[in-house]
Amino acid sequence: MQTTTTPLLRLAGVVKRYPTVTALGGVRLEVAEGEIHAVLGENGAGKSTLMKTIYGVVQPDAGAIEWRGAPVSIADPVAARGLGIAMVFQHFALFESLTVAENIALALPGRFGASLGLSELAARIVEVSRRYGLPVNPWRSVHELSVGERQRAEIVRCLLQSPRLLIMDEPTSVLTPQAVEQLFDTLRALAREGTAILYVSHKLDEIRRLCDRATILRGGHNAGEVDPRAESEAHLAELMIGRSFPRTLRRAHARGAPGLQVSELSLPPDGPFGVALHSVSLSVHRGEVLGIAGISGNGQAEFLAAVSGERRVSPNEICLGETPVGHLDAGARRGLGLAYVPEERLGRGAVPDMSLAENSLLTASRKGMVRAGLVDWSAAEAYAARCIREFDVRAGGPRAVARSLSGGNLQKFIVGREIAEQPGVMVLAQPTWGVDVAATALIRQRILDLAAAGVAVLVVSEDLGEILEVCDRVAVMAGGRLSTVREVGETHAAEIGAWMAGGFLR
Amino acid sequence: MLWSSPLIAVALTFALGAAVFAAMGQPPLAALHALFVSPLTDMNGVAELLLKASPLCLIALGLAVGFRSNIWNIGAEGQMYIGAVFATGLAIHFQARWGGWMLPAMILAGIAGGLAWAAIVAALRAHLHASEILVSLMLTYVAALIVKYLVFGPWQDPAANNFPFTVSFEDNALFSPLMNYVAALEGTRLNTSLLLTLAAIPLTWVFMKLSFTGFQLRVAGDAPAAARYAGHSEKRAIWIALLISGAAAGLAGVTEVAGPIGQLNDRWTPGYGFTAIIVAALGRLHPVGIAVAALLMALLYIGGETAQVALQLPRAISYVFQGLLLMALLACEVLVHFRVQWTATTRSSQAA
Amino acid sequence: MDRYDPLIASGIAAAIPLVYAALGELVAERAGVLNLGVEGMMLVGALAAFATVAVGGGLTLALGAAMLAGVAAALAFAVLTLTLQANQVAAGLALTILGTGVSAFLGRGYVGFRAPATFEDLPIPGLSGLPVIGPLFSLNLLGYAAIAMLALTSWFLFRTRAGLALRAVGESPAVAHALGLRVTRIRYAAVLFGGAMAGVAGCYYAVAQFKMWQEGLTAGNGWIALALVVFAAWRPWRTALGALLFGGVTGFGLYLQAAGVHVSPFLLGSLPYLATIAALVAVSASPQLLRRHAPASLGRPFFAGD
Repeated sequence: MQTTTTPLLRLAGVVKRYPTVTALGGVRLEVAEGEIHAVLGENGAGKSTLMKTIYGVVQPDAGAIEWRGAPVSIADPVAARGLGIAMVFQHFALFESLTVAENIALALPGRFGASLGLSELAARIVEVSRRYGLPVNPWRSVHELSVGERQRAEIVRCLLQSPRLLIMDEPTSVLTPQAVEQLFDTLRALAREGTAILYVSHKLDEIRRLCDRATILRGGHNAGEVDPRAESEAHLAELMIGRSFPRTLRRAHARGAPGLQVSELSLPPDGPFGVALHSVSLSVHRGEVLGIAGISGNGQAEFLAAVSGERRVSPNEICLGETPVGHLDAGARRGLGLAYVPEERLGRGAVPDMSLAENSLLTASRKGMVRAGLVDWSAAEAYAARCIREFDVRAGGPRAVARSLSGGNLQKFIVGREIAEQPGVMVLAQPTWGVDVAATALIRQRILDLAAAGVAVLVVSEDLGEILEVCDRVAVMAGGRLSTVREVGETHAAEIGAWMAGGFLR
Repeated sequence: MLWSSPLIAVALTFALGAAVFAAMGQPPLAALHALFVSPLTDMNGVAELLLKASPLCLIALGLAVGFRSNIWNIGAEGQMYIGAVFATGLAIHFQARWGGWMLPAMILAGIAGGLAWAAIVAALRAHLHASEILVSLMLTYVAALIVKYLVFGPWQDPAANNFPFTVSFEDNALFSPLMNYVAALEGTRLNTSLLLTLAAIPLTWVFMKLSFTGFQLRVAGDAPAAARYAGHSEKRAIWIALLISGAAAGLAGVTEVAGPIGQLNDRWTPGYGFTAIIVAALGRLHPVGIAVAALLMALLYIGGETAQVALQLPRAISYVFQGLLLMALLACEVLVHFRVQWTATTRSSQAA
Repeated sequence: MDRYDPLIASGIAAAIPLVYAALGELVAERAGVLNLGVEGMMLVGALAAFATVAVGGGLTLALGAAMLAGVAAALAFAVLTLTLQANQVAAGLALTILGTGVSAFLGRGYVGFRAPATFEDLPIPGLSGLPVIGPLFSLNLLGYAAIAMLALTSWFLFRTRAGLALRAVGESPAVAHALGLRVTRIRYAAVLFGGAMAGVAGCYYAVAQFKMWQEGLTAGNGWIALALVVFAAWRPWRTALGALLFGGVTGFGLYLQAAGVHVSPFLLGSLPYLATIAALVAVSASPQLLRRHAPASLGRPFFAGD
């Protein structure tokens, strides 16, 4: 009765190599018309690179792409749009200083030199947004919009191109539960009209609710092609992560006095695109790991800047032990026993073109490396060598340049450097973002060991799985506010997920 | 590998120069020889080379500290003028009375003058976020006008017949000529200020490589976010970088007016402050490289002066060479480090 | 009242070339490129214009030659910074030094000569007789064209698709690239436009204002133009405001001299530079203001490898 229909999109043997890592090692993908197809995988699996290849932002080193059965080469996003492929980026491709209408105008085809015709476009924007339940005001500047509104603007932009294939890259990490349902309704409506959807995510429950088929990626390779509704979450997780995932060893230990105390921290936004903090309070005890979950962009960056000392606040708003330090700079707080692993590795946690020895000097200079204003380079090299050894860092030695290390190895070095300062309080932001599985396991184990040794540890992470794995207690940051702190054993992923979406704010 | 781009750039520039001469109808090799080789054949020529290279080197050493921290002090020329002004002020008013203390006082005054002029730039940049490029440049024009004002006005030599210069400095207000100590230098203008420059070279190296402040400045230049993360003060880095380059320029100013010029006048506009930028770049911001580059640029200056006399070319011909040299250097630098650049850029595409 | 007219006129005359140079640099900076070589481009433009009329060419030809020279100089800068990814500050300085030298070298035969053909004032009857604003209607062709350029640039940047794309590139070349905009091509166009405008400014100095050639004809005004772009917060009509203020300060200094005030003409001559510093500080002191208006990617190179 039914002959095999040609898939809308077919990828075979797609390879993409970068100097320090192979992002895609021969990947296969098939999407049918009107199908909602999930692409599943954890950090570093290759999902984003694969989508960028399909959208023409990145060119594959090898492999074939077929559109409706015919081989194509997608040279750039304009070519992709010409085929009928649209993409909603994870980190929104929007210009902050322009209005929604201007942003959308840029993505639509048009003659250069022609007048913009914005009023006409605005009318079309309003019509589409109404039809699919995605309210958005075309005349507002993007920097004024909330994260959810920005995503709606992105989706409307895509829909105005009447795409045959819509790629959504981790769309729900910034949405409330209602907005997630609304989005799912929109996507189902589009699928019924024949638009295929590539849904990239690592949220297993959503994928099982929404998607017809799922392709699982692991370490740049295919790990399975399944019907997610027919699989259990546990099996999907296993396919995503692989069997050889070492389990972390959690040792029971006592909780001591508070190591880090934040009291009623309130901050105005830092610049036109920042987020304000409202009365954030928490207390991290020695011997415990406290996690702050939440989608990036909800005040975490501002919070971390205040805690680390990059931004000064009133003395009593931040205390190390009993000592008020809110008014001190980052160097002074380090001297009082604070260590910090920032979210960005290259350019912030480490200077890219400097050696590991020089990068040790960046934060550990107090460990005997500076005498009378002069640097003792042999001490710096010894320190770096120790970090390399103790954290299994694959590098050419203390003189290796930071830029030459892979993401995972550099992160291990930075974490090692901070831990070797023997801090009383340790703060880590997105500690295993973009890090390979083995390094991730090592870093998470060291975090647990640190707490067992009596250090107060604060972890800020977008990855709920990570929070649940290493933390004793957890709170959620949303809209610049902090929820109450709960014991990890007394809560579960669904509740925290609801909080991440701002559920506790009502 | 590190030195290939400067060498290629120099070779390219001379080749282009030869082409220019050929186009002008001058036999290229002979012209190049006349401009750049013959002047060096006697002791006097070598002395003149060192006399020009010394202030260039001094200023460039100071500028390199700034450039390494991503602070672009374009106004070293103005800071040099003000250093000279401060030193001159002391000289013409007190040289009769201060005896042996005159010169040391002038040296300190010169440094203070350069420091003060650069401090304006530092204050406006560190505390009011004004571009140090534009402010330091505007101040250079102001400094030149201040010099003109002084030598046409209150500091004009009364016996000068309205020519714009101050009285000549007495011996105690001048660097003593090296020929007093080294017989071989008989008849040359080389003076003891050369020793200051020679001392500055290792000092700068020690500062940048071995001092913690030097390290902090390098971090500020390479990765400002990392500097903030490490708790280094951005304001402090701006002040130190500008004050060091200002002091060096001011000192160079003293070595000029208390040296070969012997007074302050309105004809002294050597452009060392701008050429030193190229010296610093050519020397890859490294003290020894800068010393070599300063000798090369001094050679270009001498060639320019010779060309002015021998070939009736405007003095600005040396700017042509300087500009070409810097452009060639920039072009070669990129091509030589091509592989490094592309590796660096693709790192951000890793990790899904 | 009559005493002020020549001074207002000279203030406006000083402002016109600044407007051209500043507009050109503004467009380049709006695309994210900082070109410090304005002074060098103006000088080669000035020489090209002067040389053209000196050999008997007409004014239109001179203008065309000036623009061509400016574009050629800008092209060298563009290749270095956009294709070879060299440091923009260093490349701009190199261009200024080279432009100064080349123009002095090639122009050595013309020093002190008067321009045989010049742009003369074309007063609009009736309007040019008005008090105070009269001189505004008594400009030469380039002066009227400057006003047209202000309107054209403003319209282009804010009312056309191409201008929108240019502003987008200036804010975030990475996002623009992800959307399929040709970042490098757009930046090349912006930089070359800046070169053409700088050339026109140079032409004005050589064939309309000073009507002669000498080394360093532009006396550092290229740098003033750079400061004007910051002062104008990258909005076209405000460059005119800044240029008029600058011209006004210069004129004020001349007025004081003419009025016999006993201050050294050299110190008075420093007023425009001090005023420029003051204007820069006033604009820069509020980092919020600057961050909101400055093109976010200004001065940073863009790697199309990702």
